[in-house]
Amino acid sequence: MQCELYSKGVNEHVTYTRRVLSMTKIKKLTNPFTKDKLKNLKAGDEIYLTGIIYTARDAAHKKLCELLNKRKSLPFPLKEQILYYCGPTPAPPGKPIGSCGPTTSHRMDPFTPLLLKNGLSGMIGKGSRSNYVREAIKKSKAVYFLALGGCGALLAKKVKKSTLIAYPELGPEAIYELKVERFPLIVGIDSKGRSVYAEK
Amino acid sequence: MKKSIALIRTCQITEAVSELAILANCVLRKDVVNGLEEALSRETNVRAKSILSSIIENARIAKKEKMPICQDTGMAVVFVEMGEDVRITGGGLKEAINRGIRQGYRQGYLRKSTVDPLSRKNIGNNTPAVIHLNIVKGKRTKITVMPKGFGSENVSCSTVLRPTDGADEIKNFVLNAVKQAGPNACPPIILGIGLGGTLDKAATLAKQALLRPLRRRNRRNDIARLENSILKEINRLGIGPMGLGGKTTALAAHIETFPTHIAALPVAVNISCHALRSATRII
Repeated sequence: MQCELYSKGVNEHVTYTRRVLSMTKIKKLTNPFTKDKLKNLKAGDEIYLTGIIYTARDAAHKKLCELLNKRKSLPFPLKEQILYYCGPTPAPPGKPIGSCGPTTSHRMDPFTPLLLKNGLSGMIGKGSRSNYVREAIKKSKAVYFLALGGCGALLAKKVKKSTLIAYPELGPEAIYELKVERFPLIVGIDSKGRSVYAEK
Repeated sequence: MKKSIALIRTCQITEAVSELAILANCVLRKDVVNGLEEALSRETNVRAKSILSSIIENARIAKKEKMPICQDTGMAVVFVEMGEDVRITGGGLKEAINRGIRQGYRQGYLRKSTVDPLSRKNIGNNTPAVIHLNIVKGKRTKITVMPKGFGSENVSCSTVLRPTDGADEIKNFVLNAVKQAGPNACPPIILGIGLGGTLDKAATLAKQALLRPLRRRNRRNDIARLENSILKEINRLGIGPMGLGGKTTALAAHIETFPTHIAALPVAVNISCHALRSATRII
């Protein structure tokens, strides 16, 4: 398929936007995601995350919480990790991952307080969270990040490696360990409970 | 005089559906790209501009790398307009379409997202497709594959208004649906609105409305005015791309209508995210 450049008019807008944004400092974040590193992030901050994150959607969340409730060990250590609400498309040959944008976060709300209580540092998704989740994030001094919704092809380029960790039977909903570089994020809810979204 | 029949083989349908499923998922519709570019040039909020340019960049990367635009490669909705003089040989239409979806989702490395509604067990091949078949005059078969993402489908809704309800009540229902969805449907959204028919007909009309090229007005002036008014009011909400503010909450609002019963006014709102995907071929 031929790649077409977008029109000249769009190019000008993109250049202007990038120039304005480059004047805003984009914060960098890497593993381990300690509460100390997270405390200076503010709602609305732009971040580039480099390091390891774990994908988990609805079904995986249900399984993880069942294990926690039964006091059984998890397939990966939860402490100071970040979960990415994502079910990617299958990786084409020669690529580490397929399209991998975020899924809607509030579906994971019922499971989030328990995961935060057990050491989870952050979550990446899209959309707003319930108030009780915002409270739990504040209590745990964790952070909720937003990834670009519907931009799975662009985000795939930021993933350097993908390893299946658990639940292959869940297909796209399995838990994958992703090694990412300069993964663009926006702080959705910071560790003080401030949110970019208005309270409902 | 004997009428001539156009014969098409099921393998032609399967190949077409397979290729259209991949094409729709990897190459964003030109009218949608144009709509996003127009929105970018009109937008004044810097963050909104940044998000819109990322969305356009994403479409460019997807096309270049043959990568799905979004990881939610959707449930396959397939519209078939079959000429009444067409005869299919080699098997059934439904099976040919589903075979095409299985093939396309396998060969295109697309996500298999269909599950049993109760057990939630993944079916494994993204079938069955939801098929809408219309018989039309002529010898041609027009096939459209629309992968419908469910981040927007799961905030879509319908109702049955009173027969004395009018434009204001319709607008309120649509606006409330958009407000409820907020950031979750990946704005900027496109709205398909169905008015009339029965409950299920209104929902089908709403989905068909999403196939219309962006901003092509309804042929009736009164409906076109309602489309315009709804679009303006949605954008006045200021939800913006990713729900982070801006002028661009919706790129378009399309209404399709059908006569209905004297006792009611069915209304359906099918929301699409900015990755509004479909591809068409005529056999």
